[in-house]
Amino acid sequence: MNALLAVGDPLFRDGVDFTVVAIVIAKTLLTFAVLMVAVLFMVWFERKVISDMQNRIGPNRAGPWGLLQTLADGIKLFFKEDLLPDRADRAIFRLAPYLSAVPAFLAFAIVPLGGTVTIAGRQTYLQLADPPIGILFLLATSAVAVYGVMLAGWASGSKYPLLGSVRASAQMVSYEAALGLSIAAVVLITGSLSTQDIVQSQGGLLDWNILRLGGLPFAIFLIAATAELNRPPFDLVEAEQELVGGFHTEYSSIRFALFYLAEFMNTVTMSAIVVTLFLGGPVGIDIPVIGKVSPVWFVLKLFVFLFGYVWLRATLPRFRYDQLMDLGWKLLIPASLFWLLVLAGMRVDATYGFAVFFGGLAMAPVLLRAVSIGHDSADVEHSATRRLREVR
Amino acid sequence: MLATVLGAATKVDIGVFAVSAAIVLSGAIGVVVSGNPVHAALSLVATLFGIAVLFVAQEAHFLAAVQVIVYAGAIVVLFLFVIMLLGVDREEDVDEERLRGQRPMALFLGLLVLGEVLFLGSAQWATGAEGVAGAADAPGENIALLARSIFTRYLLAFEITAVLLVIAVVGAVVLARRPPQEIPEDDEVSA
Repeated sequence: MNALLAVGDPLFRDGVDFTVVAIVIAKTLLTFAVLMVAVLFMVWFERKVISDMQNRIGPNRAGPWGLLQTLADGIKLFFKEDLLPDRADRAIFRLAPYLSAVPAFLAFAIVPLGGTVTIAGRQTYLQLADPPIGILFLLATSAVAVYGVMLAGWASGSKYPLLGSVRASAQMVSYEAALGLSIAAVVLITGSLSTQDIVQSQGGLLDWNILRLGGLPFAIFLIAATAELNRPPFDLVEAEQELVGGFHTEYSSIRFALFYLAEFMNTVTMSAIVVTLFLGGPVGIDIPVIGKVSPVWFVLKLFVFLFGYVWLRATLPRFRYDQLMDLGWKLLIPASLFWLLVLAGMRVDATYGFAVFFGGLAMAPVLLRAVSIGHDSADVEHSATRRLREVR
Repeated sequence: MLATVLGAATKVDIGVFAVSAAIVLSGAIGVVVSGNPVHAALSLVATLFGIAVLFVAQEAHFLAAVQVIVYAGAIVVLFLFVIMLLGVDREEDVDEERLRGQRPMALFLGLLVLGEVLFLGSAQWATGAEGVAGAADAPGENIALLARSIFTRYLLAFEITAVLLVIAVVGAVVLARRPPQEIPEDDEVSA
C-alpha cells in the first residue's frame, strides 16, 4: 500500500489526515469549477466564432460581448417544463443524462493542469487524481459515456432517438479501438500509464510526443477523439435533416441541459487529453513570471484545440455513415496498429524498426487489395439482389 | 477463521467490501428477476462495476480498468445493441418457465457453488493476507507483471486464445454475409 502512495501524488506521502482530506475536497471543487467555467466559455466561444465565420454577429445582448448568454440559457432551461414521453421507460429515461454528464466530469480528473504546488505546507500535484491506471481511466469513462447516449435514445420510446443512439453507440465503439491504439503508442514510449509521468517525460519541446511518435498517433487520436465526441464532421448522431435531434429529441429542460453540458465538457476534456498526451500538458518554455511548468501554458494549448474544433464545425460537411465506418475500420485502425508495431520495433533497435516499417509498407497493398475485394463482392451482391428484384 | 480474515482488514476495507458486495448482489438479482431485457443488462453492468471496485480494493488496478473497458464498455454494449436491433426489448413474464427443470437445476448448482465457496473460505489457506508473489502495487507494476507472465509462462495459452478469437471473427463474418441468391420473399426494400 505504501509503495503505491509514495510514487504517486506527494500529498499522500506522509499518510492521510484531516488536512489531506480537506485539500482533496478543495481540489475536487476547484476542478469542477474550472471545468464549469471552461464550458460556459466554450459555448459562448463556439457561437461567437461560428457567427464570425458565417458573417453574423452572434450573441451580443447578455453581458459584455454576449458573455453571459450561456448563463441566461442555462437559467432558462432550468425553468422550462420537464416533459416525460408516454412511451418512455421512466427510470432509464431519468438515469441516462447522468450517465452522460458524470463520466464527462470524471475524465477531467486525470488531466494534469500544472506542476506541483504547496497548499498548507503540503505538496501536491495540480491535478485532481493520478491513479496508477492513469490513461486507462479515460477509456473506462468513455466506455461508460456510451451508455448515456444509448439508453437515452432507447428509453425515449420513439424511433428517431433510437436510430440516433444506435448510430452513436456504433460510432463510439468503432472509434474507441483507434483511440486506444494511439494511446498505446504514447504509453509505449513513456513506459507508464500515469498522466503525470506522461507529462514529465515530455520535458523539452523536442520531447513532445507529437514529434517523438512521428505525428501519426497524434493525427489518429485527434480524428478518433472528434468521432468519440460526436462533433462535426462526425455528428451523424444528431443529423438534423434525418433524425430531428438524434438521441436527445425527446429531452427537455434540465435533462436536456445535462446532455448539452456533457457534450461541451467532453470537448474540453478531450482537448485537454490531447494536450496532455501529445503536447506536454502544462510544460512550456522557461520564461520569467510564468515559468517552465504552468497552467498558463496548458490553457494556451487547450485554447488552440478548442478553436480547432469550432473551426472544423464551421468548415466541414458531415460524413456519410458508410464513409464514417470505412474511415474508422479500414484506415485508422490498420494505420495505428502498423505505427504501434513500428514504434515497438524502434524501441528494441532501429534496425528492427525499419524492418517493421518497410515490411508494413510492403504488406499495405495486400490489405488494400483485400479491402477492394470485399468492396467488389459487396457490389456484386448488391447488383445481383437488384437484378433479381427487377426480374420479380 | 473468520476472525483472522477480518483481523487483517481495516475498517475502510470492510466498508468498501460491504458496499460493493451489496451492489454486486443486487445487480445479480436484478439480472435474474427483471422482466425487461434492457433492465437486466443494466443490472449486469452494476454487477460488473461492483466487481471492478473489489478489484481496486485488492490493488488489481489494471484488472479493474479492463473489467470496465471490456465488459461494461464493449460486451454489455453489444448485448444492448442486439436487444435493441432485434426488438426483443419488451417485458417478459419471469414466472413462466421456458426450459423445464431449469429452476431446480439452477438451485442445485447454486447451492453446490455456495458449498464450495464456504468450504474453501473456511479452510486454512484463506488467511486474508496479501499476495507475496511480487510487488503488484507500484504504479504500472500490475501491467508489467501481467505482461511478463502472459508473454513468458502462459504464452501458448495466450496465442491459442488469440487464434480462437480470430477464428470466431472469421466465422462471424462468414455467417453474417448472405450469399446473393438467397433473398427472402418479404424483403422490405423490394416492396
